[in-house]
Amino acid sequence: MRTICLYFQIHQPFRLKRYRFFNIGNDHYYYDDYMNESIMRKVADRSYLIANKVLRQIIKEYGCQFKIAFSISGIALDQFELYAPDVLESFQKLAKTGCVEFLAETYSHSLVALKDKEEFKRQVEEQRQKIKLYFDYEPAVFRNTELVYSDSIGADVAEMGFSAVLTEGAKHVLGWKSPNYLYCNAINPRLKVLLRNFRLSDDIAFRFSNQAWSEFPLTAEKFVSWLNKMDKKEETANIFIDYETFGEHQWLESGIFDFLKALPGAVFRNSKFTFGTPSEIVQNLQPISSISVPYPISWADEERDLTAWLGNDLQRDAFNRLFALTDKVNRCTDPRIRKDWKYLQSSDHLYYMSTKFFSDGEIHAYFNPYESPYDAYINYMNILSDFSIRLNAQVPESNADQEIVNLTRIIEDKELLIRKYENELKRFRSSKTKISAVKESKDALKKTSKTAVRKKSLKNKTSRAKKVTGKTAKKSTTV
Amino acid sequence: MRVLMFGWEFPPHISGGLGTACYGLTKGLNQVGGVDILFVVPKAYGDEDQSRLSLIDAGEIEISRRFVDYKGFFRRIHFIEVGSSVIPYTSPEEYEMLMSKNEKGKRYLVNTTFSGKLAFSGGYSHNLFQEITNYAAVASVLGVTYDFDVIHAHDWLTYPAGIAAKLVSGKPLIVHVHATDFDRSGGSVNPGVYEIEKNGMEYADRVIAVSNLTRNIIIEKYGIDPAKVITVHNAVEPLENREMIKREKSINDKIVTFLGRVTLQKGPEYFIEAAHMVLQKMQDVRFVMAGSGDMLKHIIHRVSALRMGDKFHFTGFLKGEDVFQMYSLSDVYVMPSVSEPFGISPLEAMQSNVPVIISRQSGVSEVLEHAIKVDFWDIHAMADAIYGILRYNGLSKVLRRNVKDEVDNLKWENAAAKVKEIYESLI
Repeated sequence: MRTICLYFQIHQPFRLKRYRFFNIGNDHYYYDDYMNESIMRKVADRSYLIANKVLRQIIKEYGCQFKIAFSISGIALDQFELYAPDVLESFQKLAKTGCVEFLAETYSHSLVALKDKEEFKRQVEEQRQKIKLYFDYEPAVFRNTELVYSDSIGADVAEMGFSAVLTEGAKHVLGWKSPNYLYCNAINPRLKVLLRNFRLSDDIAFRFSNQAWSEFPLTAEKFVSWLNKMDKKEETANIFIDYETFGEHQWLESGIFDFLKALPGAVFRNSKFTFGTPSEIVQNLQPISSISVPYPISWADEERDLTAWLGNDLQRDAFNRLFALTDKVNRCTDPRIRKDWKYLQSSDHLYYMSTKFFSDGEIHAYFNPYESPYDAYINYMNILSDFSIRLNAQVPESNADQEIVNLTRIIEDKELLIRKYENELKRFRSSKTKISAVKESKDALKKTSKTAVRKKSLKNKTSRAKKVTGKTAKKSTTV
Repeated sequence: MRVLMFGWEFPPHISGGLGTACYGLTKGLNQVGGVDILFVVPKAYGDEDQSRLSLIDAGEIEISRRFVDYKGFFRRIHFIEVGSSVIPYTSPEEYEMLMSKNEKGKRYLVNTTFSGKLAFSGGYSHNLFQEITNYAAVASVLGVTYDFDVIHAHDWLTYPAGIAAKLVSGKPLIVHVHATDFDRSGGSVNPGVYEIEKNGMEYADRVIAVSNLTRNIIIEKYGIDPAKVITVHNAVEPLENREMIKREKSINDKIVTFLGRVTLQKGPEYFIEAAHMVLQKMQDVRFVMAGSGDMLKHIIHRVSALRMGDKFHFTGFLKGEDVFQMYSLSDVYVMPSVSEPFGISPLEAMQSNVPVIISRQSGVSEVLEHAIKVDFWDIHAMADAIYGILRYNGLSKVLRRNVKDEVDNLKWENAAAKVKEIYESLI
């Protein structure tokens, strides 16, 4: 039994507004709401909503014979909440069919995996919770931002309890090997590795509407015939693509949605392939060998490495400066700072600073709000400067400052306690005067001869009250 | 192939960008090979007087012809110097200097290349056009005397000469537009100059523009058929490998430089406003305005009104070695030109490894990638870019590494090869 694994990735960053250096320290809002909303609406209407509808129709027709996997970044979910609740709802409808698997990733679509293991874990956990909240689904398979993967990232992922990870079937890693098998991590073999078949994936994602391509036009039948040509022993075809491929990278007019609609039928009619989600593949297949990836790979550009995000000094400088703040942010509880921290981490901000832009133009220019990488860098660094200033105000720089903050906190706590005890004291005092007042009035009314008894009881009361006040006084001195 | 080229100036007598460009282009053509150049320049540096030109009518033109060997590059270039009382100038100082000489010599001054408005000395203005016509008359004589295949005329003063040569010889004419009067005048175009420019472009078989920006002006403002207007971007001469005395920086403050004529066209006031903004946020920075011009007084007033005199320095007009030293001291070079047909100075800064910020309204921005481009009026963006380069090391590092490579790839040979193609298409 051979499977096709369809996986779609959904992400939109919070694009930053034009932020000049004189805004530093004055303006703490960093996002271009108009741009974010209009892009999100545009992509939602042209891509997400239509594609979801097509998938629902397919599932209606074939049931759970047809399966897909999604990974939606936390930031994209945040944007759905803000700008496109209808998209969120349509994903929820898809989730309810039970034919959809959701994968885990980093909340911010960040490159934190390269930098800080703890922060990496935290972000993945946050993303898990978000997926659980919206889709009532516990992801068991992980995919990192832009399919960035290395042996050590894999080991971290395994530690988090995931059974498998998705990455690129990069030529320079595979060599003569085929991406169409299940592999396992070189450090921790319990973690399975699914490799993207970049030829088949890019046939759809990049070449579909390219009229200069020798295979143009691509039909579902032709695609299935290519699947059939795969070596008989090969077990899985992993088609991992951006969800925006449908309707945005490849326009509606190119017939991409018709291709998607026709694909399951053609697969069932003309081949012995079935559809499977990453979790099922992990369950059903045995890893054929381990795969060694000593240096991080990704699915970007021709080189399939990190140069799209960390290829020049602009990017490395911004990246290092950002993550130098990790410890401080972790000591900070201010919700706005935490939120900005997440949004500033999006790998997209680094992507815009790529100088490969000059040669690899088209892909890099996609939804790029900047005219040049230098522009992108200046803007980002200005924002980061403001962010650091805010952070320093919240989390002081030196140890001495920290100590002062701690001491003031202790003093505040003690003052709170003292106030509490003072209130108690007041209460006891007032109750004492009340009691004595009541007694006196009673005595005045009765004017009986039981003076001795009265005096005795009064003595008792006062002595008890004295004891109590003594106790509270002691308490406050021990504090 | 032989080219009759009309220029306005040529080394060693360079007063502006036009001379440099002609030098580079002819040198490039020489390297490409297969082109003989007959270069005609008005000779105005001697003590020529009015009477010489009047001789033209009598058919006795005084033409001096010389062969010059410029370090072996120009073996195939013939120089023809024509006596003329029209002399180009570019810097205000030079203007002053020439003006004082004028009292005796009675020469006409004309602002040729990239400077401000057309300026005439005294009441001779009506005669300037006569001079140009006379130069054209010389050209018509040359047109029959010499044998050539193409005529190439640089900038408007030589267009009538080009036309005259074309009319007598029937050979194709190319006019090379280094600047139009729209660039020089900031909008208030001199109708006489406009007429000459338009005429030249209309007579020409091909019009070469130094940038797409200029090409658009030629098409839109002069109504020239787009099919015959071709853009050939300028290039820059590689720095000679001579030992430069680099001046040691005596202060720790960063230095931001504006270098050029202080005239409307160059946008100095935008530089000042941007500087003011940067100084609000940064103290360890100084601004230098190198150059002079008719707006200098106004600029100095503005600087003092903004109370930043202690951080803002004026060097006056710089020349030769001083220019190079100014670049080597700079951390950022800014060219906020309002309208710049090409703009060679950022390239010179880049040769000294200086990151540049250039206005999008310049031709040079069409060929540069490793430069920060802003609209000249967008002082916020300009200030932000200055701040970014000074403050964020990553940026200055990347720019410094890339600018030199980029500028070294802008070779005159490539420009010359394109020009040669244009020649060939006409023969």
